[in-house]
Amino acid sequence: MHHPCTMAEIIPFRRPPDDEAPPLELHERAMDNLQFIRRTMERAGSFTAVSGWGQVVIGVTGALAAWLASRQGSALNWLATWAVAAVVSMGVGVVTTAMKARAIGEPIRSGPGRKFVLSLAPPLMAGAVLTAVLFHAGQQALLPGMWLLLYGAGIVTAGTNSVRVVPVMGFSLMAVGVAALLAPAGWGDAFMAAGFGGLHVVFGTLIARRYGG
Amino acid sequence: MAEARRAERADGGLRPLPGGAETGAPELDRLIHERVRLGIVSALAVNASLTFNELKDMLSLTDGNLSVHARKLEDGGYLQCSKTFEGRVPRTEFRLTDAGRRALEAYLNHMEAIIQAVRDR
Repeated sequence: MHHPCTMAEIIPFRRPPDDEAPPLELHERAMDNLQFIRRTMERAGSFTAVSGWGQVVIGVTGALAAWLASRQGSALNWLATWAVAAVVSMGVGVVTTAMKARAIGEPIRSGPGRKFVLSLAPPLMAGAVLTAVLFHAGQQALLPGMWLLLYGAGIVTAGTNSVRVVPVMGFSLMAVGVAALLAPAGWGDAFMAAGFGGLHVVFGTLIARRYGG
Repeated sequence: MAEARRAERADGGLRPLPGGAETGAPELDRLIHERVRLGIVSALAVNASLTFNELKDMLSLTDGNLSVHARKLEDGGYLQCSKTFEGRVPRTEFRLTDAGRRALEAYLNHMEAIIQAVRDR
């Protein structure tokens, strides 16, 4: 008898070794792990609670206030216009942030949310004190630049632990503030329109588009 | 795998971590792979420090669960834990060490390499 010199073909239980890619199940678990890390970081980071659309509304409020303020006859009415705008903006900021936090199921009062407010508050308080002092000294022309500078500083510090876009917005506000301080006295409202109005709309849109709302 | 690792990272919205290791981990890092511990490290990666209670709320954990896993990470050198008193109330604060940050970066690279390998198939 003549035997063919071939051995029985071995059928491996496992995939052939040239197929080095991991099985699909492992791939799905890896995806799941990455999504978990991303979700956790988003919830733990201070950034996501900030509502982009809220920022846009604040920007529109700022632009509107700049227009209204520039039409006021007296310095006191001018200041009152901006004070109302500040209160409205703060209200819009708090409400829209709370709405976004609820939508993504994130506690707003603990951890990052609290840190955000605690970092933002001191520059704003300093701004309020300086507003009273400078206005009393008849230096209201310096106010818009000072507001933009201090508000920007607050956004930079509050956004330290955050995605880069937040401190970048803060630095931009500070830059506009410096420009306002160097510019002729009558340009204050225009700088507020550009800084408090324009920058909020631009960065708010960016935040809303990229970070869900 | 090496090719996959060299391939461009699918960013997926995650911000890059400062001081991250360039090399992916060839072996799965078991210390960080466990879900609770992965949550702790991820949360600390985006906060300079977090207190025990903040971490507990954030990750919806029990006291016991958090302390067991935080201890393991601390033993592994990924976590730094400092205990202070606020009046009479003890306050435990956690922060990520450089080793912990590198470990998370390596883990992310590892996961991305796995996904990339399947995509290239």
